[in-house]
Amino acid sequence: MPLALPEPDRAVVRQREAIVADLNRLVPAGTIIADEEGRRAYETDALTAYRCLPLAVALPSSTEEVSRLLRYCHANDIKVVARGAGTSLSGGALPAEDALVIGVSRMNRVLGIDTLNRTARVEVGITNLGITEAVKAQGFFYAPDPSSQLACTLAGNIGMNSGGAHCLKYGVTTNNVLGLKMVLIDGEVVEVGGPHLDSPGYDLMGLIVGSEGQFGIVTEATVRILRSPEGARPMLLGFASSEAAGKCVSAIIAAGIIPVAIEFMDKPAIQVCEAFAKAGYPTEVEALLIVEVEGSNEEIVDLLNVVADIAKRFNPSVVRTSQSEEQSAAIWKGRKSAFGAIGRISDYYCMDGTIPLGKLGDVLVAIGQICERHGLKVANIFHAGDGNLHPLILYDANDGSQAERAEKAGAEILELCVASGGCLTGEHGVGIEKRDLMRVQFTATDLALQMRIKTVFDPKWLLNPAKVFPLEGREAALEAA
Amino acid sequence: MAVLSQMRPIDEREFARVLAEATASKTPIEVMGAGSKQGIGRPMQTAANVSSRAMRGITLYEPSEMVMAARTGTPLSQVEMALAERRQMLAFEPVELGPLTGGQAGQATIGGVFATNTSGARRIAVGAARDHLLGVKGINGRGEVFKSGGRVMKNVTGYDLCRGLVGSWGTLAVLSEVTFKVLPVPEDTGTVVLLGLPDEFAVEVLCTAMASPFEVSGAVHLQSALVARLEHQALKTQGQAVTALRIENFAKSVAYRKGRLKDLLKVYGAMHEFDRQDSLLFWGELRRLSVLQGSDAPVWRISTAPTAAPKVVAAISAYMECRAFYDWSGGLIWAELLPTTDAGAADVRRVIATHGGHATLIRAEPQVRAAVEVFQPLEAGLEKLSRRLKTAFDPAGILNPGRMYPGI
Repeated sequence: MPLALPEPDRAVVRQREAIVADLNRLVPAGTIIADEEGRRAYETDALTAYRCLPLAVALPSSTEEVSRLLRYCHANDIKVVARGAGTSLSGGALPAEDALVIGVSRMNRVLGIDTLNRTARVEVGITNLGITEAVKAQGFFYAPDPSSQLACTLAGNIGMNSGGAHCLKYGVTTNNVLGLKMVLIDGEVVEVGGPHLDSPGYDLMGLIVGSEGQFGIVTEATVRILRSPEGARPMLLGFASSEAAGKCVSAIIAAGIIPVAIEFMDKPAIQVCEAFAKAGYPTEVEALLIVEVEGSNEEIVDLLNVVADIAKRFNPSVVRTSQSEEQSAAIWKGRKSAFGAIGRISDYYCMDGTIPLGKLGDVLVAIGQICERHGLKVANIFHAGDGNLHPLILYDANDGSQAERAEKAGAEILELCVASGGCLTGEHGVGIEKRDLMRVQFTATDLALQMRIKTVFDPKWLLNPAKVFPLEGREAALEAA
Repeated sequence: MAVLSQMRPIDEREFARVLAEATASKTPIEVMGAGSKQGIGRPMQTAANVSSRAMRGITLYEPSEMVMAARTGTPLSQVEMALAERRQMLAFEPVELGPLTGGQAGQATIGGVFATNTSGARRIAVGAARDHLLGVKGINGRGEVFKSGGRVMKNVTGYDLCRGLVGSWGTLAVLSEVTFKVLPVPEDTGTVVLLGLPDEFAVEVLCTAMASPFEVSGAVHLQSALVARLEHQALKTQGQAVTALRIENFAKSVAYRKGRLKDLLKVYGAMHEFDRQDSLLFWGELRRLSVLQGSDAPVWRISTAPTAAPKVVAAISAYMECRAFYDWSGGLIWAELLPTTDAGAADVRRVIATHGGHATLIRAEPQVRAAVEVFQPLEAGLEKLSRRLKTAFDPAGILNPGRMYPGI
């Protein structure tokens, strides 16, 4: 594959067996996975084009075990890759031959629920949806909702500062986490934040969320839980063009309405999702919006009427409100399983740029042209309210030339996003995938500053190696510090 | 040391040159916006004062994308006026700290708001200043111009320096331009008021309301001693503690939600309602922190879990007279204490150690602020990280040295 992985530390790799023996002495039996077959299950994440068998895998059950493992790795200069459920689309959890994978999936307990203070304390191996499941009976939910929420862990959400369809109203992970327990690379355990709001001193928690597992291993978190609305209902709006749909989104927001979600799909995406979910999406339109509002039944009806009135200014060919809970569920199932549905018909490369909403029409045309030039098809899914665009470039993984062209097209699309005033990644993270594109968005000074902050937390650069920053120029940037 | 010189660079490049020179000569400097919060924090020994107030202007405003960018010296009032013209607002409604601490009213800059993470009552519903910042341009202590984030709502490209810089009080970098999220002004506003509740019941009311589905956007409780200082005549003269809940939405929804809320809370006693006009006056007054003005008594800003708040106030009151204004459902306590040599620091810190949270001494004489920890003392591990972070941004330690913590 085009992206280079650094040469592994041969000394570490050579001593694998001795290291595994040491690790086994540090943690209870059954914690360390060292056999090849066992390690194989951890060789990649959801960016499956990249694979690498890790040195070993540890599945600790407590913060104390994580601390012992990290202290050992730090003392012996062994790299560490933190892992949640391995659903990263940017290769954020890609192992390395000389790195220990520390998976937090066994640390998945709910430690406390406090509905009066609207917080939950959990171990971060819990799945995103698991938090909502734990508080649902009391009428609460955890707001960030990445499409992979059934599988992905809070740990990964914190690492990547994950978003989701409903963050237009509720914000992303960093806006919904109040406190963290994190193990530093030398084994020291620190607590940042807590059940209270805002941080004393610097907002270290704000820095840690989204640091892609490069600052430490988070083991517990206090998250904000919210009371569920009285009700919620989506509406489908179909348009003859992407521009019309984009303008409709602008008009809704300009009217002072913040729907809880505004999702956009283009025709190829609509057709695939409809075939999969039978959600009742109109398959003949060029662009579809799913607009969801919340409140009491009467409030929902009123608000959807206002939205429909606004939409009429843009000549929608379809205006359809969900008629039942089942239909609403199907509408969301179709959207949230979009990646999976497209995956059933083709291999795809999922991009995650963001753009200013006003550029949507132009950007979609340009994306079409880029993919056409590379002889590839593309389907677009877009969190329209917040400008987060997911072009899915379809290709055949068995055709090396196609895979290469897909990556090239992807890079061009992301450069286009940056040039349009947006960014490389809205919610998936940089990982390994967009590492070398960081220079498109940042100057050498910007990157050097970020690298110095990395050094604040991880002076030996052992955590999640080869991610986030271009490989070349790292030493020079740090030496200048 | 007296301030030797005052500078107002007109742009980023000039500001960068000043900082590069200060670093080269290891000259400590005070950096600020308009200086409205200059009286907050530990007193500093600096050789120069550099202000961003000459770097003004709104550089981007896209109402339909709910985003604005401005140079950091732009007055907050100018930002809010431009937003109001398009019926939008800074949803976190930053409180006015200036007049509380000897500064003038209406002077704050947008940069100062973010540099100090100043938020108001709506923070409980929509997040703090930190949650609204989308992008920054800044200058670090080495005099290097850098950026992070951008103008889009979702952005995880690289580390989140926006969050890292918010609330750093100018000790890490000088912000030169900020890009932030804005929200529509709600069509209507209403308030439900309960009178005479003891603190403990009051916070129970606030928490119950916040845990309802009616999207309460302000949840406050004022002890009767502070109610007497309100400008709001009807409340001021009735003489009892005030517990208030704000609902903001479309007019029909406000009416409906106020009704549901009153239903939910009826066991706590008689309820009053404010219409839009009265609501705007009352919440506007809270935003100006008028009940804490006009006195020199020490003021603490205490952040804790809401249900712990009445216990914190009761514990402090056991040591000394304490007048409390609970905001954020109780999660934020503004506590005015009687003046003592340490402004109550020893007692406040002891209480916080028991009940959890953090406390900042907002108002006190400079000699007191020089003698006690103004910001919450950090655990050893966090202090170590904070020192290293300071060095990563400002290796020579020239930016607002010691304003938050000694040596930081």
